[in-house]
Amino acid sequence: MSVSAASVTRFDPLRLLRRIHPAYFALVVLLGIVTIYNPSFLTPTGIMNFLRRAAPLCIVSIGEMFVLVSGGFDLSLGSLITLTVMGSALMINNDPGLTWGAIAAVYAIGMASGLFNGLVVSYLKVPSIIVTLGALLSLKGIALAWSGGSPQGYLPDNFRQFGRMTLTDIPVLQVLPVAVIVLVIAVALCAWVFHGTTFGRLVLITGDNPRAAEVAGARVRGIRIVAFIISALSAVTAGILLGGFAGPAQDVGDGYELQAIAANVLGGTQLLGGRGSVAGVVAGALTLTALFMVLNFMGLPKPLRDAVQGAILVIAVAYSVRRRKWG
Amino acid sequence: MSASIPALTAPRERPGSRISLVPLLIIAGSLVAYAIAALVTGQMAQLSLDGLIGVLQRTVALGIVALGQTLVILVRSIDLSVAPLVSVGAVMASWIMQGDPARMIGACLFVLALSACVGVLNGVIITRLMVNPLIATLGVGLVLQGILSASFANFAGSVPEEFQVFAYGTVGPLTFSIILMFALAVLAWLMLGHTRLGAHIYATGGNQEGARLAGIKTGRVTVIVHVLCSVAAGLTGLYLASRLRAGAPWVGRDGVYDLESIAAVVIGGTVLAGGRGGVWGTIAGVILFGCLDAIFTMSGVNAYIKQVLRGAIVVAAVAAYAYRTKGQVA
Repeated sequence: MSVSAASVTRFDPLRLLRRIHPAYFALVVLLGIVTIYNPSFLTPTGIMNFLRRAAPLCIVSIGEMFVLVSGGFDLSLGSLITLTVMGSALMINNDPGLTWGAIAAVYAIGMASGLFNGLVVSYLKVPSIIVTLGALLSLKGIALAWSGGSPQGYLPDNFRQFGRMTLTDIPVLQVLPVAVIVLVIAVALCAWVFHGTTFGRLVLITGDNPRAAEVAGARVRGIRIVAFIISALSAVTAGILLGGFAGPAQDVGDGYELQAIAANVLGGTQLLGGRGSVAGVVAGALTLTALFMVLNFMGLPKPLRDAVQGAILVIAVAYSVRRRKWG
Repeated sequence: MSASIPALTAPRERPGSRISLVPLLIIAGSLVAYAIAALVTGQMAQLSLDGLIGVLQRTVALGIVALGQTLVILVRSIDLSVAPLVSVGAVMASWIMQGDPARMIGACLFVLALSACVGVLNGVIITRLMVNPLIATLGVGLVLQGILSASFANFAGSVPEEFQVFAYGTVGPLTFSIILMFALAVLAWLMLGHTRLGAHIYATGGNQEGARLAGIKTGRVTVIVHVLCSVAAGLTGLYLASRLRAGAPWVGRDGVYDLESIAAVVIGGTVLAGGRGGVWGTIAGVILFGCLDAIFTMSGVNAYIKQVLRGAIVVAAVAAYAYRTKGQVA
């Protein structure tokens, strides 16, 4: 008895290493490769630029996590990003005075979209894959119909500052992009909501076993609806940053919903609900961004990067299933 | 004792062999809406036999994909790789043929064999690696589309005149391809209702663990069904290559075959939770989509608004079935 007890508590570095999620190792390795290609990466400016580029994906992935952990899928986020960027450009049309009104309007659109997805899933019992795929078609259709099919309008500097502006002469960090400030605020807010509030616990319980959550008195429908709203608001936030990066384009959000799911899978979120963490998802999103950078350095065309992403998605899920099953 | 035995052994209705009224109602409803739209917009030509066959012709591609999707959903799986696979089939067919009639048969066999391999891959990832079917087929689809788009930027090769017979050849008023779709539907219906494989499909989808304990090799059933679905998608690729005279790497994505095939299956009464449904409902769902498309075209709806409406109609149609579901759905 005492022997086996001692063997369990014995310090075993290998066991400890295996408990760390492999996404973190992958991130370190990939950042190492990026540094080899581009030695200036390991300067404060290089790291800040990396975080700025990763910010939209990080934010969308955290939003997606709320829906995934509650047991659903949200595939409408990419189209919502596109609608945010195109809609803002059309509403503002280069009049800086309209920027804040437009931002309020796109958040309202996002709120409505999330509310719609949540209501249809909760009350009409349509599986979230179908609802959000339908929303993906419809939101993209609205964006294209609104703009007539080509990028219209213009985003003024006070809108684009969120994605583009960088504060300089900051102690220690030297530079601080506004997008990174937005990222830090979003991560902190979501980490508090998910890990620090009763609501966060309820999302986890709902995804783990909706029937048990319902019997225990959790308002499963309301929780799901709020999860979809958080997810949609994260997409609007990412859209505002992306509009600052590149201006209006009709394919700006394409594929973000899949990248967000891939980032979640890499970060240890369990599909169909019940497990996830903000820190893991941030690591997943950073890993995916670093991977895209490496593939870019290697000169792979965009379609092949999508193919690599697909393979990673499958391998990561297969790995996490194996890990859960055999420890 | 003796009284209870007949009750247990009485021939029970086979699942899938029964044709319910709902598909007929859906078809009738869509045709009425179609007729009203034709009358209101004054396009009487649409009401002729040719007009109706034209509507049917436009459902063929979605119809064949949706038949395969029906089988997959019956075992409680799903296939999101069909749209990229349709593109792969179309591009490979016209690229291999290069307008040469002698290469027709070889190209068709290659496309069907390649599709079957993709089906095996999907099935094995789902059953052996135990990856959620949604993610497995999404990932395989991304890989297929990525490799295809990296290799071909535009229409590749061309199909010979002889191959266009597949899409345009006629028997009486009907085209070969419409006959093919209905023949496949009849085959699938017979397979589901009257063969051992059909019974195993319903059993696997209805209660996988129970089916496994009853001695059914559920993993093998799932793989077979994925192979059939992928071959159906490859066949649709061949049909589109024949119809468009060449394949391009976006034909599958532009057809939204993944979402629309799932929607047609669900509208047809096959439940996403598996084990219940059949092919005639799916055919009805496909005809509903064909009529809606024709109505949009007749009333001149803007292409983007059409996309908005399609998304909304898919959700509304599924909701019409789903809202009665007991318990929570995610």
